[in-house]
Amino acid sequence: MDRRAFLQMSFKTSGALVVSFAAPSFDAIAQAAGKPPLAPGELDSWIAVLPNGSVQAFFGKMDMGQGLDVGIAQVVAEELDVGFDKVAVLMGDTATSCNQGGASGSTGMSNGGRLLRRAAAEARRVLLERGSEKLGTPVADLRVEDGVISGPKGKTSYAELVGGRYFHHQVEWNKQVGNPMDISVPAKPKAPADYKVVGKPLPRRDVAWKVHGTGKFITDVRVPGMLHARVIRPPRAACSLRGVDESSIKGIPGARVVREKDFVAVVAPKEWDAVRAARTLKLDWEHASNPFPAMDALHDHIRSAKVVKREEPVKKGDVEAALKAPGVRLIEAEFEWPFQSHASMGPACAIADVKAASCTVWTGSQKPHYTRDGVAKLVGLPQEKVHAIWVPGPGSYGRNDAGDAAMDAAFISKAVGKPVRVQGMRADGTAWDPKAPASVHKVRAALDASGKVVAYDFLAKGFSRQAIATNESDPAHSLVGQAIGMTPKGNEILGIPAESYGFENKRLAWETIAPLVVGCSPLRTSHFRDPAGPAVHFASEQFIDELARAAGEDQVAFRLKYLTNPRHAAVVKAVAEKANWSTLPKGKGIAFAERGGTAVAVIAQVEVDRNTGRIWARRFTVAHDCGLVVNPLILTQTIEGNVVQGLSRALFEQVRFDRESVESVDWASYPILEMPDAPESIDVVLIDRPDVAPTGAGEPSLRIIPAAVANAFFDATGVRLRKAPMNPERVKAALAKA
Amino acid sequence: MATYRFTVDGKRVSVDAQPEMPLLYALRGDLGLDNPHFGCGLAQCGACTVHLDGEAVRSCVLPVSAAANKTVTTIAGLGTPEKPHPVQAAYVAEGVPQCGYCINGWVMTAAALLKKNPKATDAELRDGLAGLKCRCGTHVAIMRAIKRAQTSQA
Repeated sequence: MDRRAFLQMSFKTSGALVVSFAAPSFDAIAQAAGKPPLAPGELDSWIAVLPNGSVQAFFGKMDMGQGLDVGIAQVVAEELDVGFDKVAVLMGDTATSCNQGGASGSTGMSNGGRLLRRAAAEARRVLLERGSEKLGTPVADLRVEDGVISGPKGKTSYAELVGGRYFHHQVEWNKQVGNPMDISVPAKPKAPADYKVVGKPLPRRDVAWKVHGTGKFITDVRVPGMLHARVIRPPRAACSLRGVDESSIKGIPGARVVREKDFVAVVAPKEWDAVRAARTLKLDWEHASNPFPAMDALHDHIRSAKVVKREEPVKKGDVEAALKAPGVRLIEAEFEWPFQSHASMGPACAIADVKAASCTVWTGSQKPHYTRDGVAKLVGLPQEKVHAIWVPGPGSYGRNDAGDAAMDAAFISKAVGKPVRVQGMRADGTAWDPKAPASVHKVRAALDASGKVVAYDFLAKGFSRQAIATNESDPAHSLVGQAIGMTPKGNEILGIPAESYGFENKRLAWETIAPLVVGCSPLRTSHFRDPAGPAVHFASEQFIDELARAAGEDQVAFRLKYLTNPRHAAVVKAVAEKANWSTLPKGKGIAFAERGGTAVAVIAQVEVDRNTGRIWARRFTVAHDCGLVVNPLILTQTIEGNVVQGLSRALFEQVRFDRESVESVDWASYPILEMPDAPESIDVVLIDRPDVAPTGAGEPSLRIIPAAVANAFFDATGVRLRKAPMNPERVKAALAKA
Repeated sequence: MATYRFTVDGKRVSVDAQPEMPLLYALRGDLGLDNPHFGCGLAQCGACTVHLDGEAVRSCVLPVSAAANKTVTTIAGLGTPEKPHPVQAAYVAEGVPQCGYCINGWVMTAAALLKKNPKATDAELRDGLAGLKCRCGTHVAIMRAIKRAQTSQA
């Protein structure tokens, strides 16, 4: 949609954005004034004032249900001095927003908010300058209240000055695209002491329509004349398609096959007919034998696999020598983490309408600007001819199946010459999403005679967390691209613990190994909420506990003794205080970590049923420091979600597979936490630091949940669980062995 | 193909379909009602839950033929923004959903559960809500909302 159409639209339009796309209307004033290009260096790319004085903020990141848009509206309202209710945040439409990287790495508030704060402050400065001219009063003598500028000689308003028109004002863009995109402006944002809107517990805006079923999800987008499609993924990894028996679906009304090389899909006018056709179509697949190791040999495979890349991001002193020093006590442990699936609430959906010279794609992908780029390459159109529109999807925590669905829809639409809606079946969201990598973590430490840690050596080894790119801008990283013969070239990266333990000889390293299958594989790996974080800290924070116990020290006191960053120590102290750590009964465990500047500590309290092997993590206490708290209500609920998703991943989640295929295809074969295992309470302490720019909250608290639970389990039973998930079978086995 | 007549959210409707087609496809495709969602197609998650004569059922596996001459209520028929069901009002007050795609399962199941057992204990609620999925992990907020609805109904 043209931005002008947005300028005169009401902002309470969660679903209407899609509907109105079909018939955009134009604002006469806006048209007459001329539209500046959508470029980061134009203030108009970020902020618009409507004729009625309400404000639109154009945001190139988007909210996945954690309320980011509310925080952004607070920041914009604050800097502009307009009411919070007057600010609408329009997210993730490539026609109205610049590529700020989409939802990515918990940078919504830190990077996205920083840019919008500057844009809003600059808009206010420009408006005050123009108001000063109009009123004949120096800026210093003017004040702004809810978009009304007043001074000794009279009043004007944002609406009068620029409502329905463009600023035509340049800002300095840092020439970066994606997460680092930023602008610099002459305006000086407000001092935190002056905040009136930022810091308030304002409620989310998307709750009512979700609760009443009155808005639109990506799955609800309909385009006139569209066909329904289902993509048929290979039954095994590393398959090629030998033949398709198109006659096998000839009884299904309007059903037809779309095939190129190893890519095969069916389309039909009615959705149920597409589902039936996908189930009925007879295909002849040729497959490689045993591309995967046996599931119980996975971690041995990781241990013995050739290292593709090694990095030692933290290296201090001489670890090897210190480990071998005479008289030290050596402590060693190994921890295993499985493949995990995003298993979003619904399989992904996308709608694409590819025409000869243009394309529109509706997507639930959390990075629609990159979807645009990938679709353009896949269908052979210039990037500017592809319009991607993000619509809220069935949950997104990284590079899940949404990226593939968008590419599938575009490919099929081009092939059939009609708009196409693709939705996966359950297995497409569980078996065929890119996985969080499996890994092995080896930790060694040496204590001297006094119990002091004199050496610490941590190594994570596993599949890269970017074997498949974290966005779909390159078709080679999508399943359709791979099925038609493209080969992805991934990045090599895993991760290390993020902490500030001041051990004098210290090495934190990671090593990656080659994918099991390059290309079209249900065990290809990419980013899933806090990539590598839960795995790495499951190991490191359990090991810290082991060290504390070996040194004969309390687990809180031990951490405080070694943490060198005062903000790190502060969250550990805060969580211990809030939970009354020293008075808690057996079954308590603590864990701590940092992530991108956010410090978080958690105490888990568990009950263990020795007969069933069930761990019930009944209570959690969290202390969280992400700098300035923009919205304590939404932040607290985001942390609650992290705790429960982290608990689910700790206790239940692992992708099951045999030598040829992934066997986790649904909720029965990929169980996640359900209500009977949910915690009874999650107490959150927010440490607000108004003078520290906000850092992320969408992921940090997730990474320490598995270790906190494992530490609490040890406290309850005296048994270490070094393999995730800590499911009942594994717990029973570990207890029986002890 | 056969014609099936039933009531959805107070309106009489008829759908021409194969008898084994799940009710969900009739609601979404034939009747254009978007609020029940496809989550698994296997009755394992609850995203498609509607009431059939007052009972919470998974419309992704219930054949459309089984709805014939019955009354179907979707979340949009359970209550409206102006006149919400107590569970919906509590959900809004607590700001429960994150992605929100799972919501039909929780709200429709909880509404049916509270109708039968308005004073359900925490343990009964936890057990009664087993089998539903929420991937965003809003379980603690869900319990807060259902207890709030219980209080408001008491």
